Amino acid sequence: MNRSAAASDDERARTVELLISRLLRIGVFTSFAVIVLGAVLSFVERSELLTSPDLLVQLINRPNPLRNVTDVLRSVARFEGRGIVMLGLLLLIATPVLRVFVSAFVFFYQRDRIFVLITSGVFALLMLSFLIGTAGG
Amino acid sequence: MTPLIFSLLAFGISLGAGVLGALLGIGGGIIVVPALTLLLKVDIRYAIGASIVSVIATSSGAAAAYVRERLTNLRVGMFLELGTTAGALTGAYLAGVIGGRWLYLIFGSVLAYSSVMMFRKRDGAVSTAPRSPVADRLQLHGSFFDEAQHKRIDYRVARPGLGLGLMYVAGISSGLLGIGSGGLKVPAMDLAMGLPIKVSTATSNFMIGVTAAACAGVYFARGDIDPFIAAPVAAGVLLGATGGSRLLPRLKSSLVRSMFVIVLFWIALEMILRGLR
Repeated sequence: MNRSAAASDDERARTVELLISRLLRIGVFTSFAVIVLGAVLSFVERSELLTSPDLLVQLINRPNPLRNVTDVLRSVARFEGRGIVMLGLLLLIATPVLRVFVSAFVFFYQRDRIFVLITSGVFALLMLSFLIGTAGG
Repeated sequence: MTPLIFSLLAFGISLGAGVLGALLGIGGGIIVVPALTLLLKVDIRYAIGASIVSVIATSSGAAAAYVRERLTNLRVGMFLELGTTAGALTGAYLAGVIGGRWLYLIFGSVLAYSSVMMFRKRDGAVSTAPRSPVADRLQLHGSFFDEAQHKRIDYRVARPGLGLGLMYVAGISSGLLGIGSGGLKVPAMDLAMGLPIKVSTATSNFMIGVTAAACAGVYFARGDIDPFIAAPVAAGVLLGATGGSRLLPRLKSSLVRSMFVIVLFWIALEMILRGLR
């Protein structure tokens, strides 16, 4: 491999790195902001949260009723704190999945055939796990 | 305890878990789960739900910095994710078949063995691993600038096939136990593939988010991810991991290795005890 090819390899690698780093940063910042907004709203909605120890016992020992995307979005539309927190958590979970998806495209544009296959394979396995998970759970 | 105090305590503990997780390439579940169940009396179901969230938060929070600074070996990470996600799927499938007790004993013993091996490698013995044509072909080799030594470190990647197989096993343990399995990923890269310790923890950090995301759907659909419990955990870990990621480049490799060995031994002990109980 000659020197200019090596240099362009390095540039291509840098493009991927900066893009993924930026994507993760945006995901982290957005989900953090949404989660904090929702948590603060929850406390504003129910002032007993500041004072009632009995309420705490209930809160940490029951399953969460918001367990599909539609219900979460409905709750967000009503501007409820817990729905907004769940939206933030879903954005957080989606960030690494989106990262795999985007890198498959970047490798495609860079004509890096092996890594297009690898990243698409990972993405397909992730989708399969979501399908199995939500069907079986 | 009022709900407000609960949230503040959970936030504070998660902040620490985020820093440690970012440095060592683990998800912080070892801190979050016992703290939530023992100290804050949360039901184990929702503690594990929050722990999955904490793994993803550690991963994205820390990897944003590590990828830019080239501590993460992106190509190695993406290649090995094939093994971890396939393993996570297998593990989720096997979860109903194999009992939890034996799992904890098996994985606990594997981790104890790894921690001893990693301790023995503390002198930084030069890797005598064979050259790998597959690693050449996939362009897995890398380099990074070590701020602690003020110099550029070039390294070669060995035994990618063995690494992929070990990641499959790590993925199975994630799928079965609902953990990020950074404790298995770091030794696999350190011992089998010959990566520098900082690159191993940073690359493990990069991968655990994807492994945990593969499991997160199940926990969400079951209602195990609760907004009241997971919100302070996610917020704390995100801040802690982002802060911790500024620390790793400056730490000495030998310190990172010692910290990892101690924590790994602790996890191993915890798992074996859980299996014996």
